[in-house]
Amino acid sequence: MIRYIAASLLLLLVWIGVAQAAIETFNYANDAERERFQALTRELRCPKCQNQDLADSNAPIAADLRREIHRLMEEGNSNEQIIDYLVARYGEFVMYRPPVEKRTWLLWYGPAAFLLIGFCIILIVVRRRRHEALPSHVQLSADEQARLASLLEKKNS
Amino acid sequence: MKRRLILLIPLVLFLGMAVFLFKGLYLNPSELPSALIDKPLPAFALPAVNDPGRILTQADFKGKPALVNVWGTWCVACREEHPVLNALKEQGITIYGINYKDDNASALKWLQEFHNPYQLDVRDDKGSLGLDLGVYGAPETYLIDSKGVIRYKHVGIVSQQVWRDELAPRYQQLMEAP
Repeated sequence: MIRYIAASLLLLLVWIGVAQAAIETFNYANDAERERFQALTRELRCPKCQNQDLADSNAPIAADLRREIHRLMEEGNSNEQIIDYLVARYGEFVMYRPPVEKRTWLLWYGPAAFLLIGFCIILIVVRRRRHEALPSHVQLSADEQARLASLLEKKNS
Repeated sequence: MKRRLILLIPLVLFLGMAVFLFKGLYLNPSELPSALIDKPLPAFALPAVNDPGRILTQADFKGKPALVNVWGTWCVACREEHPVLNALKEQGITIYGINYKDDNASALKWLQEFHNPYQLDVRDDKGSLGLDLGVYGAPETYLIDSKGVIRYKHVGIVSQQVWRDELAPRYQQLMEAP
């Protein structure tokens, strides 16, 4: 009985795998094109289900856009042209990797800048502390000098 | 005194971030700004829903400020929105429809059953016009001016409140503009 249940569960699992894989099939001119398609759909974001890329999403709009990208590829468009085409319709939102331009400098270079600022602050603090820890400028008066000498003598004897 | 002020820097930074993040709590991340604001409607030549022999183009939408509503019978939220569109039509507001990725027979049945608020209704079976408009989920409603330039986009149901708060002031502005 248990064996029977296990077997049917296994069969079900296999069947689910097949059902998932059969969602869409596109024909590609060659393997390079297939890889280009996969890379593109991973780099573009689904406008409806916002935390999924186009390759990953099951939303109808994502399927439409995949078909559109495939069509544009077959028409001989470059990656850049395809991305521009989608950005013109859905906005820069569809790009997971925003372009490097004046407007996005803070986004791209901000973290590195903050890291640098942090290091500078640490450097300044450490230097200042080291400076304070070595009071080389302290001068003993004649009285203190005599007391120090007597203390040292006491200790040595 | 100077040292004391330096100690306040983290607090100021924290408050700045808190304000920023608090504001973020109330933003709707599913509402994308349209890439087509202040751009003319994309060119199209598609049949009318109620007359397959009549081909509509973007030029048919020019002349006066109007709403362009993307809808489909498969779209549950569109049903909720429909009475509001009917009411707006009664008020004399021009509404054009784009029947997005729909079956024509169901669309005709829907319009007969629920009343037709659309002055013109484009049949976009394949969703090509929807794609050019950047539609990602019906219902979506665009506000266009008399030259057919897109001025505003609302994603989701047009309720009375949405009309009053978001669309009506902009529509009024377009009506008053020369």
